[in-house]
Amino acid sequence: MLNMRLPFRSAASALGIFVLASAPAFADDPAARGDTPEAQKGYDVSARSDRTDTGFGDSRVDARMVLTNRAGQQTVREFSFQTLEKEDESVGDKSLVVFDSPRDVEGTALLSHAKILDPDDQWLYLPALKRVKRISSKNKSGAFVGSEFAFEDFTISELNKFTYSYVGEEDVDGMVMDVVERFPRYENSGYTKQKSWVDQEIFQVRKVEFYDRKGALLKTLVLSDYRDYDGVWRAHSLKMVNAQNGKETELVYSEFSFRNGLDGNDFEQGVLTRLR
Amino acid sequence: MFRKTTPLDGFSIALAKIVIRLRWFVVFAAVAAAAFIATGAANLEYSNNYRTFFSADNPELRNFEDFQATYIKSDNFLFVFEPTDGSEIFTNENLAAIGELTEKAWLLPYATRVDSVTNFQYTYADGDELIVEDLVPAPGESSPEELSQQKANALAEPLLRNQLITPDAGVTAINVVLTYPEESLSEVPEAVAAARALRAEILESHPQFKIYISGSSMLNNAFGEAIQKDFSTLIPLMIGVIIVTTITAVRSVSATFATLGVVILSTMVAMGWAGFVGIKLAGPSPSATIVILTLAVADAIHVLMTMRVSMRAGMAKRDAIIESVRVNFLAISITSLTTIVGFMALNFSDAPPFRDFGNISAVGILAAWILSLTFLPAVLAMIPVRVRTVDREKQVSALRGFANFIVAHNRVLLIGSSLATLALIAMIPRIELSDEFRKYFDQSMEFRTDSDAVIEHFGFYATEFSIKSGEAGGVTDPEYLEKLELFANWLRARDDVAHVYSIADIMKRLNKNLNADDPAFYRLPEDRELAAQYLLLFELSLPYGLDLNDRINIDKSATRVTATLDGDVNTKSIRAFLKETDAWFAANAPELQGPATGPQIMFTFIAQRNVESMILGTSIAIVAIAFIMMVALRSIPMGLLSMAPNGLPILAAFGAWAALVGTVGFSVAAVASLALGIVIDDTVHFLTKYMRARREKSLSAPDAIRYAFETVGAALIFNTVILMAGFFVLTFSAFQINAELGLLTTLTIGLALTIDFLLLPGLLLLFARNKDRSNLNSEGEPDAQYAPSVS
Repeated sequence: MLNMRLPFRSAASALGIFVLASAPAFADDPAARGDTPEAQKGYDVSARSDRTDTGFGDSRVDARMVLTNRAGQQTVREFSFQTLEKEDESVGDKSLVVFDSPRDVEGTALLSHAKILDPDDQWLYLPALKRVKRISSKNKSGAFVGSEFAFEDFTISELNKFTYSYVGEEDVDGMVMDVVERFPRYENSGYTKQKSWVDQEIFQVRKVEFYDRKGALLKTLVLSDYRDYDGVWRAHSLKMVNAQNGKETELVYSEFSFRNGLDGNDFEQGVLTRLR
Repeated sequence: MFRKTTPLDGFSIALAKIVIRLRWFVVFAAVAAAAFIATGAANLEYSNNYRTFFSADNPELRNFEDFQATYIKSDNFLFVFEPTDGSEIFTNENLAAIGELTEKAWLLPYATRVDSVTNFQYTYADGDELIVEDLVPAPGESSPEELSQQKANALAEPLLRNQLITPDAGVTAINVVLTYPEESLSEVPEAVAAARALRAEILESHPQFKIYISGSSMLNNAFGEAIQKDFSTLIPLMIGVIIVTTITAVRSVSATFATLGVVILSTMVAMGWAGFVGIKLAGPSPSATIVILTLAVADAIHVLMTMRVSMRAGMAKRDAIIESVRVNFLAISITSLTTIVGFMALNFSDAPPFRDFGNISAVGILAAWILSLTFLPAVLAMIPVRVRTVDREKQVSALRGFANFIVAHNRVLLIGSSLATLALIAMIPRIELSDEFRKYFDQSMEFRTDSDAVIEHFGFYATEFSIKSGEAGGVTDPEYLEKLELFANWLRARDDVAHVYSIADIMKRLNKNLNADDPAFYRLPEDRELAAQYLLLFELSLPYGLDLNDRINIDKSATRVTATLDGDVNTKSIRAFLKETDAWFAANAPELQGPATGPQIMFTFIAQRNVESMILGTSIAIVAIAFIMMVALRSIPMGLLSMAPNGLPILAAFGAWAALVGTVGFSVAAVASLALGIVIDDTVHFLTKYMRARREKSLSAPDAIRYAFETVGAALIFNTVILMAGFFVLTFSAFQINAELGLLTTLTIGLALTIDFLLLPGLLLLFARNKDRSNLNSEGEPDAQYAPSVS
């Protein structure tokens, strides 16, 4: 399944893609960690948030996305995710999205192998065509199935895709939060900057602001309904509001299921034709 | 020293005496009050949004807002690159510039998307791989083979050809989509300044182009720029007109100074009021300044002329001032009142800027009314005013000769002028309503000249259709897609359509790409699920700033078809286009029919909407003004009769316009009521003199006409010249709607005097012959003359 680690790896973990287990020892990427105290503190805050939720092996979850346009009209997209956790931070997770609704696209499946700085590898299976198509595109920061989530928001959740800058602490809703900015290291991002709020109790991302190429606020993601899976927290409600076009998307997860015994073979191109 | 007085005379004399006694206080209070109200002008802002011209209830605006809520609400810049050396676009030198502007335009304030031939998402197949990349991946670094391939790809793409690239690849366009927060009026000028700076930057390093900028943001900005330009050109011109006319009329520098005081204070009050009530200046509303200056100077000159004549007749200055206030009190009050009624009637207009125009003018006229009876006499009492003797007898004898001629040939003139008027009126149906927003601006405006250059190469007026399938997900139904394609092809076959954007073209391209680029598959998918999955694939491959929601609605029950009409279409041909489109739907796909919308569609109907809304407003103004006339003339039949010389000039002016110009924008709707309020003044003055001669002096009708000519003829001619000059100043406006308003009103005012002089006397004589003189009451009536009688 698409590794739903939204913008940040920490946000992604909040989405419930990773899980506990004995956290492996991680090696920091010096290029991502930077050399100023602010950069390193920002990296460290993000790394802690990110790494607390790793070691889950694989996960499965059903997702429901409600899209609302400026006129207030709504529509629903449903799909399921499977994620296979990466082996280490130098590569990305593998994910598989299978669409359930609308009915016309039922069974359409998207397999992604996330990369750190290069474009991801992607294959799409179209049931009506009964063919798997590899999609090569550098520029995938457009809207994901018409939502306010960009494809980029799902696949760029790796710690080392960014450099960081620690901004400071802020009190929000009675919680003390670390505020961190991060900047894409890869090409063709739709963003110049993301700003996140990470709480200091369970180290989860509560809010992210996305800034566009000209530095203006583009959209805001609020993560809520955190649930505890044996020490690992997952947000079950993610609301993205576009500050420029007035549209919004709410993404709601069902219960997560972790360590389902999936392996690399379940995330290879060939599996797409055997889904049904 | 004063003649027998009516109660009104008593009041006006008392007023004048008090004003003169307290002159320092009156002047101080008037200046202080005007200055205080004028502080409100600091709040005044220029609207820079074409939507300002449409009321919230305007059906075309509502259609457009529905459309924008469903798809996308955005504005744009269109940068058009034309190489001056005649080279084609697909050279490394040229593409480097296009690529650079494409990249940098993302940084323009409020920009949300940039589309050009270089960053177009070109898709092709390599076996079972779908490759999505920029059509020109590295602008400026392509090999000759790549360049010719890129050119071929661009020209073969229906979404680019004629939209962003001309078929000969000689000219290209870059479209920048902007989404404004609409929190501040400085947003549009800010974006435009940045866009112009970007153009200058690109031209610096790539001088081989001419770069034009058009688009809705430039249009919006032009509305604000036209106002600023008008303020800096028309107001100085108008001040010049005031100085020249006042000096000619009263031959006194100090009196001219006093007049300037009245007109400037009146304008300050009106604009200050506009600021206090939060009016945003747009289109015609800033022209209120010119209108107020014009009408205020007319008021002031009446007071000055009477005073001058009295002084020449031997009165002391103080007595002459009192006499002038007495004589003019009622006349200025009635004419101000009728003018205010005419302007207030603009509140019925569908276009809010016309309502503002009417209200600001009304406030200014009210201020001029008060100031010319208080501030002006007070100033005149303070400053030295000298009078030189002029041979008035010569002027009077000329008028008498004219009056004799009119009376002698009254039947011929009545019949002749009636026929001429009728002939003009008969031309009215030939007037063609014409509102094309490109032509709202004259050649002094960059938006106009750049847009004129753009329409040489590309279409201009985006016309949108939301084609509804009637069910969620229905847009991928093969039957629906087929009809969509039929409609798009029908549009493309038309001469007035430059480009059509339809989702069907994307479907065809994807079908080909996913079948290994086999040209045989460049056709619509025949399976609904396949089409839906293509769309999903397409959505997953979209670049930053694009989503399908701007083309397909949220539940995929409707798509948008954009037909870009040629820039040289006119309102009439757009109406024909819409009618034929309706007919096409009725014959081929009645279930898909929906309203066409877009900015130019809104303007196409703006004149009609305003004419419709002003029918009631103008009717109310006519009734109110007729009532005021009956009271002023103390005669119901004469009040009714007065409506002929009041109404005919407006109709004749429309007819003359039809013959001379032919097309007119939506200001035509406003002219009738405001011009009525102004031209009525001539009739008021002429008829009061005529009635007074008949009642008080018991003169025969022909003699009463001679009397009227001798007493007010000169003042009427002068008044008309001032008003025509003032409204003629508006014809120099950079905004066509103001220029047309000015010229049409000028024409009406000129025709009003002509009709008062040529047609009205014959009418009065005809009326007198059919009427028993004993029916006339012989009560004294208020003296509303401009100048004391010399007879």
